[in-house]
Amino acid sequence: MADGATTTLEHAEHGGHHDVTRTRKIAMWVFLGSECLFFGTLISTFLLYRNRTLGGPTAHEIFDIPFTSVSSFILLMSSLTMVLAHHASDRRDWRQARIWLVATALLGMAFLSGQVFEFTEFVHEGLTVTTSPFGSSFYVLTSFHGAHVAVGVMLLLATAFMSFSGKLRTDTANEGMNVELVALYWHFVDIVWIVIFTVVYLLQV
Amino acid sequence: MSEAGAHPHPTPRDYWIIALILGAITGAEVAVTYIDALSSVVAPLLLVMAAAKFVIVVGWYMHLRQDAPIYRRLFLIGILLTPVLFGAVLFTFGVLIGS
Repeated sequence: MADGATTTLEHAEHGGHHDVTRTRKIAMWVFLGSECLFFGTLISTFLLYRNRTLGGPTAHEIFDIPFTSVSSFILLMSSLTMVLAHHASDRRDWRQARIWLVATALLGMAFLSGQVFEFTEFVHEGLTVTTSPFGSSFYVLTSFHGAHVAVGVMLLLATAFMSFSGKLRTDTANEGMNVELVALYWHFVDIVWIVIFTVVYLLQV
Repeated sequence: MSEAGAHPHPTPRDYWIIALILGAITGAEVAVTYIDALSSVVAPLLLVMAAAKFVIVVGWYMHLRQDAPIYRRLFLIGILLTPVLFGAVLFTFGVLIGS
């Protein structure tokens, strides 16, 4: 009888854990779906104003495609390190997971450094956020994406830190789930850049 | 942890191969912008290649291909609504208001 009750309780706990996991993941996908609309608005605003330069620099004059291509490649490869971190956390190989999480954060920081360098170059060439509607829409779109990358880097470092402190291992309700949610967010940031790189950079030069 | 669906999850070797494919597509994207002979078809080519990268990352790295269909449906709502929003913004400000 007691054994039966224990089994039922364990089953309920297992089911409860599954529900929590599923609910959190559903919430993340709903959030990412809403983020599509957010970036969709910013990209359509950019397309609307891309030719309104008011005598300031045009996209063709200032965009450095080889440099941005390297940045894009860095962000793309960060998706590889992220998925390897996720795979390692699924296997509960926390040492490997930490290495890949930190590698992903470093690649994210490299991408952000590239964005800061690019913005500095553009400002020196006369394109500021107030120069023209083109400048405003470009900086707002790419800065919001950069802010998302920065948040992602913080989440990655926080997750790596949590694995050092053993929190990811001891909290059974969170087994690997935190890494998966961070991974979903990070890959989303990457796919948004895939669209921005094509629509904002490559199609405008 | 990921919920397994109809397809098994890729292995680390698969992830590296996918990364190589993504890198190659990015290289091809940059290359076509420099080939003058392709200037008339460069826009559709770039859009197709970007869509391919998008689908590969979402399907394989985000495991939407393997996971429960509910996640795919939720994300699709956002994806399908985006062009509607896109069209509404462009139509409102580009045609109606004429900015």
